[in-house]
Amino acid sequence: MSDDPTAETAAGEPTSTSTVDSAEHDENGPDANNDTTVSVEREPDLRDDDAPDPEEVPLRVDGLRKEFGGITAVADASFQVEAGTLTGLIGPNGAGKSTTFNCITGVHEPTAGTVTFRGEDITGLASHTVANRGLVRTFQIAREFGEMTVLENLMLAPGGQRGESLWRSVLPFVRDDVVGQESELRERCWETLEFFEIDHLAHEFAGNLSGGQRKLLELARALLTEPDVLLLDEPFAGVNPSLEERLLDHVHELRADGYTFLIVEHDMDLIMDNCEHVVVMHQGSVLTEGPPETVRKDEDVIEAYLGGDV
Amino acid sequence: MSTADSPLAALWERDAVKIGVLLAGIYLAYVLVGVVLDYGVRGQLNSIATLTFYVALFALLSLALNLHWGYTGMFNIGVVGFMAVGIYVMAVVSKAPATEAAAGSVGGLGLPLWVGVLAGTVAAGLLGLLVALPALRLRADYLAIVTVAMSEMVRFTFLSGTFQRFEVGGLVIGFGGGSGLLLDFGSPVEQLFDALFLGGVYDGLVGLTGTVIENNPQPVTNGLLYGVLLLGAVGLYYVVLGRLGNSPFGRVLKAIREDEDAANALGKDTKAFKTKAFVLGCALMGLGGILWYMTSGAITPNTYRPRLTFFIWIALIIGGAGSNTGSVMGGALFAALLFQGPRFLQSVVNNLVDVEAPSTFGQALAPIAGAGDLAPLGFYVIDSVRQLQLIVMGLVLIFLMHRRPEGLLGHRKEPAASVELERRPDRETPYTDGGETDE
Amino acid sequence: MGVTESYSRGRELVEGNPLALVFGLLIVLLLFDLVGKLASGAVQVSSVAVLVKDGLARGLVIGLAGIGLSMTYSILNFANFAHGDYITAGAFSGWATTYLIAGGFGSSANVGSLLLVGAGGSVFGGALGISVTATPVAVVGGMVVAGGGAILLSLVIDRLVFEPIRDRDGITLLITSIGVAFALRYTIQFVFGPSKRGTTAAGGVPTLSVPVVDGTVRITAHDATLAVVAGGLMLGVHLLLQRTRLGKAMRAMADNEDLARVTGIPTERVVRFTWIIGGGLTGVAGYVFVLWKGTLGWFDGWILLLLIFAAVILGGIGSIYGAIVGGLVIGLTASLSVVWIPSSFSRASAFLMMILILVVKPTGLFSGRSTA
Repeated sequence: MSDDPTAETAAGEPTSTSTVDSAEHDENGPDANNDTTVSVEREPDLRDDDAPDPEEVPLRVDGLRKEFGGITAVADASFQVEAGTLTGLIGPNGAGKSTTFNCITGVHEPTAGTVTFRGEDITGLASHTVANRGLVRTFQIAREFGEMTVLENLMLAPGGQRGESLWRSVLPFVRDDVVGQESELRERCWETLEFFEIDHLAHEFAGNLSGGQRKLLELARALLTEPDVLLLDEPFAGVNPSLEERLLDHVHELRADGYTFLIVEHDMDLIMDNCEHVVVMHQGSVLTEGPPETVRKDEDVIEAYLGGDV
Repeated sequence: MSTADSPLAALWERDAVKIGVLLAGIYLAYVLVGVVLDYGVRGQLNSIATLTFYVALFALLSLALNLHWGYTGMFNIGVVGFMAVGIYVMAVVSKAPATEAAAGSVGGLGLPLWVGVLAGTVAAGLLGLLVALPALRLRADYLAIVTVAMSEMVRFTFLSGTFQRFEVGGLVIGFGGGSGLLLDFGSPVEQLFDALFLGGVYDGLVGLTGTVIENNPQPVTNGLLYGVLLLGAVGLYYVVLGRLGNSPFGRVLKAIREDEDAANALGKDTKAFKTKAFVLGCALMGLGGILWYMTSGAITPNTYRPRLTFFIWIALIIGGAGSNTGSVMGGALFAALLFQGPRFLQSVVNNLVDVEAPSTFGQALAPIAGAGDLAPLGFYVIDSVRQLQLIVMGLVLIFLMHRRPEGLLGHRKEPAASVELERRPDRETPYTDGGETDE
Repeated sequence: MGVTESYSRGRELVEGNPLALVFGLLIVLLLFDLVGKLASGAVQVSSVAVLVKDGLARGLVIGLAGIGLSMTYSILNFANFAHGDYITAGAFSGWATTYLIAGGFGSSANVGSLLLVGAGGSVFGGALGISVTATPVAVVGGMVVAGGGAILLSLVIDRLVFEPIRDRDGITLLITSIGVAFALRYTIQFVFGPSKRGTTAAGGVPTLSVPVVDGTVRITAHDATLAVVAGGLMLGVHLLLQRTRLGKAMRAMADNEDLARVTGIPTERVVRFTWIIGGGLTGVAGYVFVLWKGTLGWFDGWILLLLIFAAVILGGIGSIYGAIVGGLVIGLTASLSVVWIPSSFSRASAFLMMILILVVKPTGLFSGRSTA
């Protein structure tokens, strides 16, 4: 294990360049080149943060660790997501991004460490509880409900549906109440469909959509749960360029509306061009984090992530 | 599209019409065969009553199973266990009490029939809860093995000498072991009418049947009325489960069937939904078991073998899992064609020909080798119709899985909301665009 | 597996699963109780020994038949509910042969009756004097035919039923296999009749009385035959999987079919050999089971099926050693349970064991999902 103090400086500290406008698309990032054989493993960051204001930092991950059998997938990862930002989480294959995601959203229970959401400890809570708190994810490979229509996929998502209680959905009179709520819901879903410009697909089985349309559907569905923070797992993977552009526009529009995003992405350029804060993971821990141009210049990132080619 | 068939086609689109047409066809076929065979009124009425009995029960049980498998994707192949618990608990609660520890006499609690029915249904639901707690988180194939093992464990329990008879508060009750239980609580139909203060109406109906049947019309009337009662139960199941499916609750169940993790990620407590749906389905299976056997006079544990479960599965798969209409139609078709059909055919042949069946397959084949006489083989086949129909059922199941896994009605859109989704209502113009570009 | 590794595995298991701890404690408690019962004389040592012998014999049959189920479960990815009826079919084909040979090809009874294994009480195994010592040729011949018959049957069914839907999900295949089970079971009943018949000359089997503390345990020639045949075949499968290219390919396919296909393992060929090996073992298991218990009925395989599933799940799907160990554990559980509970629940206790394993450690005892 090699101790690497240079990374410490880049971690967390906002530099003079500060936040970058997310709409900045002009910079060309370095070519993402993943064939790295360099193995750099760092000691855990021993930062001593004052507890940040949960309003400004809704999501905090501290010393997250996940072991499967004898294999450590995530080793002491710590980072935070500030409110109203697009935060990118990048790293080469096997860096532990997806496991981190799964630990945050309750799919896996972390071996150690904490996940704090809006000031509350949500470590190890069940996925549905995490989602209901306002932290909602999408999946790397879109997981639509194939045998349900697009509209039904959306109708499912909103929380607090009275008709989700067994007896309410069946008993006479009480059911009228459910029907009333459903009518409102239907209207909201139609609006969402229009926002994402997939209203012409409303009655299509979700299983018949193209890969990109599924990604749109997933984002729309996640949005209807009214989350505070959206975790997108490779939302642009397998999406054609024009749809990718559309998806990006939607994300920026939503961010402007006050949503917060944490995006896991393989494509480094995309993250560098669109996020104001980037977290780089390597071999299970956070290599560095900061604004894109700082990260881009970081020796370790170039060394480890880009294999020293740039 | 010609204008002439469109009203008919539109009519056919309605699920109730589909079910009605199918039932009418089945009944017509049975009555016609009865006429050809000169059954007489009594024979016809009995055959109709029996047909109705099985059509309704397979429809009921497929509907309940559809809630598990069709809606939620829970692979339950222990249906018969829940049915057995239903009828056994019902029997113990409602049988006449026996205080004397006289040889072999096992009594019940002597409570009214409706209490027994309720208790049996609840008990089946509770067993469902017991199974759900450990088993619902398992993979589908493991759940299958656990449920079928559970249904066998239920049978062992009722078969066991340990619970054959025991005393509770001075009453001798029990499950009767291998010899089973006598159901000594009389006709549920009469009791139902009496409970509704309609005893007079009942007598009137018996009298009415008496005008066409001279001797002892009461059993025939009971059979027919019980059939009507069962059809009413099918209607009830259909409406309740239909409402359940077309609601946010049902929507979550379908989402679980499609992708449980994704439903979880959207904030749905899928485990709770699955447990509720499982318990409800089990209770409905328990009630199905009660309705099936409460008029049978006696019950023995070995009736409740896994093959009964597979009958219901075949019925559901014929109709198409995921659709309530399909479940009813599948249940009706299974009962009429695969379950009752061959037996009906057997009695038809027995009526027409003097069947002298050889006792073994060898004796059936020998005459073919000798004198080319096919008759003994034919007789053997007719005599073994109950085995042959099970072979046919197996082949039908294989055929369906190969050729039509989505069932009779094909791939259908089953709505999953309590409101109309097909069109957007709040628009000035309906959501269609004549000739506009809209892929 | 080294000692330290198994220790750490065990620790992991317990830490991750408090239920596992309870489960383990329960077993220890029962063993203590058994020792206590034996010491106090409440239960005779010899009767326990008989139960153990019985349980081991059943366990060997379950394990032998379980190898086939486990292999198809992992390589073809579905739970084959028709497997129990392969056992029955194998047993019937083998016993028809044994009857035919022992009956002198029609000299001592009608050929038809012999081929139908005495359907309808037309001829009795006892009357033909069948046992491994009195009619060894008939028994060995029957055993070979039982294996061959089951192989043929599983290949034909695979070709007609399973191969066309190989690409579908495991549940579709499982439901289809239920259809196969139905068709097969009741075809057997249709042809051979619904009666359960005695197959061996019960009195004529050489028996060795082994004295045990307070009594004796009788070991018959059929007990010995079962142990030798089952043990020999298990060893054979072990050598096949470890030493041959085919075995390696099968293990690779159990682990990851797609990968195996990419790396050029001819998967359909491997599938065929899976059925051949599994089917053969299954047929022979059915035959020796009938030889051992002395009766044959159309229901025999189905009765065993759930116990075999229990064994395979207990051992871990895909592991042949798991199936063998699982079989022995299930056999012993069902057999020894009568020390504590009424015998009508002996099978229930085996099922309960399976359910507990599924809850505590669904991957089974020999997890890691490899055929090795």
